[in-house]
Amino acid sequence: MSGCYHCGEPLPPGSDYTLTIDAEPQAFCCPGCQAVARLIVDQHLTHFYKYRTELSEKPKDLDRSIWQVYDRPAFLEAAAQELPGGEREAELVIEGLTCGACVWLIEQHVTPAPGITSLAVNPLTQRATLRWNQARTPISAILARLAELGYRPRLGTPASDLARLETARRQALKRLAVAGVGMLQVMTFAASLYIGAFKGMSATFGEFFGLISMLVATPVVLYAGAPFFQRALADLGARRPGMDVPVALAVGIAYMASVVNIFTGRGEIYFDSVTMFIFFLSLGRFLEMQARHRAGASVRAMAELLPPAARRQTDGGISTVATLELRAGDTVLVEPGQAFPGDGVIARGEGPIDATLLTGEALPRRRGPGDRVLAGAVNQGQAPITATLDRVGPETYMASVGRLLNRAQAERPSLVQSADRLAGWFVMGVLLVATLVAGAWWQLAPERALGVTLAVLVVTCPCALSLATPTALTVALGALARQGLLVSSGRALETLGQVNTWVFDKTGTLTVGDLMVERVEPMARGLDPELALGIAAALEAVLSHPLARAFQGRGEALTATDVALIAGRGVKGTVDGQRYRLGSAAFVGHTAPVDTADRTVVYLADERQVLAAFYLRDRLREEAAALVQNLQRAGQRVLMASGDGAGPARQVARALGIEEWRADLLPEDKLALIKGLQAEGASVAMVGDGINDGPVLAGADVSVAMGVGSQLAQTSADIVVTGASLAPLTRLATLAETTLRVIRQNLAWAVSYNALAVPVAAAGLVPPWAAAVGMSASSLVVVLNALRLRRLLEAPESSAAGAPADQPALAAEPR
Amino acid sequence: MNILFALIPLSLALLAAAVWAFFWAVRSGQFDDLDTPAVRILLDEDDAPGDSDSNPPRGQ
Repeated sequence: MSGCYHCGEPLPPGSDYTLTIDAEPQAFCCPGCQAVARLIVDQHLTHFYKYRTELSEKPKDLDRSIWQVYDRPAFLEAAAQELPGGEREAELVIEGLTCGACVWLIEQHVTPAPGITSLAVNPLTQRATLRWNQARTPISAILARLAELGYRPRLGTPASDLARLETARRQALKRLAVAGVGMLQVMTFAASLYIGAFKGMSATFGEFFGLISMLVATPVVLYAGAPFFQRALADLGARRPGMDVPVALAVGIAYMASVVNIFTGRGEIYFDSVTMFIFFLSLGRFLEMQARHRAGASVRAMAELLPPAARRQTDGGISTVATLELRAGDTVLVEPGQAFPGDGVIARGEGPIDATLLTGEALPRRRGPGDRVLAGAVNQGQAPITATLDRVGPETYMASVGRLLNRAQAERPSLVQSADRLAGWFVMGVLLVATLVAGAWWQLAPERALGVTLAVLVVTCPCALSLATPTALTVALGALARQGLLVSSGRALETLGQVNTWVFDKTGTLTVGDLMVERVEPMARGLDPELALGIAAALEAVLSHPLARAFQGRGEALTATDVALIAGRGVKGTVDGQRYRLGSAAFVGHTAPVDTADRTVVYLADERQVLAAFYLRDRLREEAAALVQNLQRAGQRVLMASGDGAGPARQVARALGIEEWRADLLPEDKLALIKGLQAEGASVAMVGDGINDGPVLAGADVSVAMGVGSQLAQTSADIVVTGASLAPLTRLATLAETTLRVIRQNLAWAVSYNALAVPVAAAGLVPPWAAAVGMSASSLVVVLNALRLRRLLEAPESSAAGAPADQPALAAEPR
Repeated sequence: MNILFALIPLSLALLAAAVWAFFWAVRSGQFDDLDTPAVRILLDEDDAPGDSDSNPPRGQ
């Protein structure tokens, strides 16, 4: 593996962070990853690396001073519940939790700390419930232990909707089990009955098996099938018949007819069809719900960007209050490392403010008195900032981004609705045909009317039709997930086939999102670039903004003293008795014009002259160029939409061969760009990350989020790339095409089967039992065809080489 | 074959018991996390510092 052993990101050139793990030397991309790995090795927890199923996230610098705030009684009061016996219970949000092995790692490293009674981690929701004794281990120490492992923990507010989701999940699981077990039982009895119909079976056994089938099928219909009836009723109440109406009708009629037939002792029973129908539908919905909940967890994490409590400044002094109690006009004091609880204007103090998640600005911007700050933005400076709030709660910018997101999501499902309506019409048509057939046979031969009508109903039971898409999707989603592509909605795959335009976000999507020193240009005679880098690294050593991170660990190892940060301009300090300045051209007194349009340049100067210029650049993702080329070769139009300035944007576009690009775009502009493309008739796929991309992603026909990016983008995205690499995207279009082909085969089969069977059944030529066998066989064909997908999708990388070999096998498969 | 009249209801009773057991397991939270237990069994804790040969050299 060429990437970092811990987080999988490409190794920056010239870096040398290694560690011997299980007798193999392993390379790391940064000191952060190396430190986490060293801790894991020292604690003998290297099994983690062996068994984790996802790469870890790159540890980020966290300001630990915020956790001291959590230790204050007023804060604990607001965030943690007090239990009898001096213990407290709090909800933790643990960002960066990627897989089950993480839970084990946390249990090994954090839980043994004294004073922790229990720490229940749920990887699905990225949350943990902590019970601990504050007197023995303060909460700040517990959070620090979690952070040592590279996770980003914070205190969460107990969410009531979480409990609701948990209940819904458990309920669905129970219904699924009832349907599955019931289906298997009814199937065995049905098989006996079918065989009995050929070989001869005593009437007593026939009746007995029928009664038993009914006994088992009843709870399946009434309990496992209940949600379908409920939703069908709701649909009818809203006068918008969806797929649930025909499902409920089919289940209801088949079940009622079977019950009637049991008691009259004539005609067929269809309990096997009914239970199978319910089971497969429930299974599909359960998997869909699982994917939805996973996405929902990220939304809640975002809502908790806001601190649960804030420090309000009044004439009487400073008091800690819950964020909910804040009103417009309040003045709050925001400590370093903390987030602003509302939108407002800075009254006193200044410092770099990190609003990356909100605005997509890559770098924290220095703000001072009179500047606007947004709720959720983090004070990254060294000193507290006082701000007067003018908008709180639902009026904040962050809340409006959330609403925009919801609206864009609500606008979308037209495709689904039309598919639903089509299926609805199909079943309505079937019911109409069944009614006509019943009427006709009632006139011709009343004693055969019920049998023939049921044969029509069963033969056309939309089983195969309704199984065609969900089973193929379920199989495809599972296979894709194993390749690092999490598809949260099936319709994304459908739409992907029509996409002809790809829009990429720049920072964090095409690029890694971290600055690095690209080139050092010595400006004083005889200066060693390594020494210049070392001096710069020493000056930036203790700072945590992205600019400083670009230098840390580079060049000769030196230490600086008297380091002082000068607002928005640079740092100065002493290295080896010599005073240095590092910062903008103006700050170091540099006048010679350098072409800075394309990149960020930082200068180093001593007291006499400018020593060196550092050219900084965000690194391109390794696979970005290949991805763009592949798309262009496939005839796709590729655009880049960046929130950054024109200079860096042009450079990235040029490096990747993207001809159309826009820079300086706000989220609204990006959304407008996509809407414009769509108005021209394009079908747009958007690849992005960052909360600011959330609405944009939701507005695109297909949205893809990089999983390493901020959490919220994942929620509105149809597809999430879970790894740190763009590589899986290269194959996405092919994989989607394969899936669609199988779905189309399935639909074609189901439709032609029905088209053929209906007239024959309506003519009274099909006895109901044969209709049932035909229907089951039809469903079986569809399911088996879908299962074939797993093999197709997981075929080795060389899809081009693999295709010809695959083709004959496809053709040979019996249809 | 008449034994079937006894055996099949018996199987149904067992089935009901199994479903009840599953419901109990779901209720007591055993199905809340389906990912971790699969990995946990592979991660054993006795990779203690003392146990000699298989122990990798660590750090550098």
